[in-house]
Amino acid sequence: MTLKDLKPGQTGIIESLGKPSTLRKRIIDMGLTIGTEIKVIKLAPLGDPIEIKVRGYQLSLRLNEASEIYVRLIS
Amino acid sequence: MKKTIALVGNPNCGKSTVFNILTGSNQYVGNWPGVTVEKKSGHIRKSKLDLSVVDLPGIYSLATSTLEEVITREFIESDEVDLIVNILDASNLERNLFLTLQLMEIGKPMIVALNMMDVLRAHKDELNIEHLSQHLGIDMIEIVASKEQGISTLIEAMEKDHVPVQILPIYRPKIQKLINKVKEGLHIKVSPTLHAIRFIEEGISAALGHEKKPLDLSPLNAMVEESLRDETLDRDMIISDEKYRFITELSSHVLKRNMSQEKTLTHRIDAVVTHRILAFPIFLGVMWIVFMLAFGPFGATLKGYFELLIQFVIDQVASLLTMIDVSPWVYGLVIDGLLGGVGSVLGFLPEITILFIVLSILEDTGYMARAAFIMDRILRRFGLSGKSFIPMIIGFGCTVPALMATRTLENEKDRRLTMMIIPFMSCSARFPIYAVFAAALFTNNQALVVYTMYIMGILVAILSGIFLKRFVTQGSVSSFIMELPEYHRPTLRNLILHTWDKVKGFIIKAGTVLLLASLIIYMMSTYTFDLQPALEQVDSMIGSIGTFIAPIFKPLGFGDWKSSIALLVGFIAKEAVVSTLGVLHGVGDSAVNGTAALVEPIRAAYTPLAGFAFMTFTLLYLPCIAAFATLKREMNSWKWTFITVGYQTGVAYLLALLIYQGGKMMGF
Repeated sequence: MTLKDLKPGQTGIIESLGKPSTLRKRIIDMGLTIGTEIKVIKLAPLGDPIEIKVRGYQLSLRLNEASEIYVRLIS
Repeated sequence: MKKTIALVGNPNCGKSTVFNILTGSNQYVGNWPGVTVEKKSGHIRKSKLDLSVVDLPGIYSLATSTLEEVITREFIESDEVDLIVNILDASNLERNLFLTLQLMEIGKPMIVALNMMDVLRAHKDELNIEHLSQHLGIDMIEIVASKEQGISTLIEAMEKDHVPVQILPIYRPKIQKLINKVKEGLHIKVSPTLHAIRFIEEGISAALGHEKKPLDLSPLNAMVEESLRDETLDRDMIISDEKYRFITELSSHVLKRNMSQEKTLTHRIDAVVTHRILAFPIFLGVMWIVFMLAFGPFGATLKGYFELLIQFVIDQVASLLTMIDVSPWVYGLVIDGLLGGVGSVLGFLPEITILFIVLSILEDTGYMARAAFIMDRILRRFGLSGKSFIPMIIGFGCTVPALMATRTLENEKDRRLTMMIIPFMSCSARFPIYAVFAAALFTNNQALVVYTMYIMGILVAILSGIFLKRFVTQGSVSSFIMELPEYHRPTLRNLILHTWDKVKGFIIKAGTVLLLASLIIYMMSTYTFDLQPALEQVDSMIGSIGTFIAPIFKPLGFGDWKSSIALLVGFIAKEAVVSTLGVLHGVGDSAVNGTAALVEPIRAAYTPLAGFAFMTFTLLYLPCIAAFATLKREMNSWKWTFITVGYQTGVAYLLALLIYQGGKMMGF
């Protein structure tokens, strides 16, 4: 499953990250590395983008970016 | 001894606040990631030494290739920089430490200022600074920039001499060995470790810049590929991954996180502000408050007092001139030319000041990022991004900083489209035009007409987005990775410095460009081309030019020469449209200055419909020269700059034509 499939309040662990791209590099350098815990806080009022919590800070990204982040649901 | 210090840190780490305290100079501070895009420098006031500080853009990493990162990397690698001061948001330790580790790999003298220790404590987290400092082998100073705590200690640390930092062996032995091998293979003297890592991550395409002779790097690249063949991660991920492993490990030793589920203030505010149902009403309410404060009764009252003051000054000067018995032409030049023109624009200073204060508060608190978050979905439909939103809002203040704020959009095409529509957001310089025309021609519906102008600008911007996206952003995939920073109370110093910076620009413009323009227009409107005093204004130089181009605007309803001149002069500065009309209609020495004095002449010269068409045209037509120059600089293309201003002027002409001719047909 991907980050896109997580519901608000759910936490997952990053298992892999799409294809090489400058975008992926940016995401990694902001701390979204393999094995990192990631929690979905909420969806924007119109359902996209989403707000997540990672390494203690809040980040927003679009659903199509979230669909490149493969996660394992832990709670 | 002169020493240059580079301030480097993540966006929202409080770097600009530190810079403001250190230098007392003017610096735009935002909570929206990446607002600090210019290289700002200043001198530390409270130091006996000659310390100059450079404030660099807020960045998350040195390893990718956004404009800000390249600027930062190239600057701190250069010989110019003697000391790196890394401002680190202690309440966001792990992600901030990533940049710290990269900065250390440059191998220059460096110290860390741990900022936002108060936020960390408010979260009830505990950080062992001594351990952190020991582990990294780097001096750390605890500060709370928003409360100006720890700054003198920081300055003392900056004054000291520092040895280059020791680059830590944070990687697995295998990776460490590989880095050393690549270092040897590359032979780059300036920050070899950083360059070796870039080469490992990006291969031959890494812009290494510093080699003297072009080496054939493919054997080295093959060696890297070979040694990483059994790795599970791609080569561009390994180094970052290992850095974060080190950080996670380190942070588990030095940081004790408060694990209780207690909601932070930011969470509680966000629960309301980005709420599924409440978000948009709140957003509209905030926008309404912004405009009510600036242009509503409060602003108008302040403006009234300010105009009385201006009138008082003009009266004093007038009686002084009468007393010393100057010749009539000097009197006319000073009172009608200089003070009349500049005065009618300066009257808007209170309203513009309020607008900038409010925008600055929204930015500094962190609300702007939330606005981008809730608006992204809508704006995407118009070919824009949620990040286009903040520049567009700044555009209501001034087009120039708005264009510069688009640098936070990573996608070049998104950015171009945003820049193409920003000038449609009605900047504060255009407000005087609407105010004067609405007062004269729509006495009972002034506010409504002014709002209509703003709404029309927004609508044209949106429709342009839909129309232009097919040509400008076609086929590109944009992204929206944006930090939602903690809410902060804006500091008074930042607020004052930021607003003063903008207001100063406005005053300087009034005192220089507008003054000169008023003078020239006055001279040109009182003399003929033969340098004889013109009996009738229409015979004057300006009258002749105006009469010549006026027919172009005849189908739009304002084919008189005074309008044409005002529009031409508007290219120098939009405020000059009003000051020019003021000079041309000779209102300088009238009993009431500013808006009120222009009411009668405007009523005589325009029908309400023609006036409305004129306002529409000034709203949309080519931006002022400062915006034009910024557009060129930011787009870095003459072609796109001319397409943009050509498009704007075309739209302005068409819409004004449509309004005037359509209105006439409907019998207005």
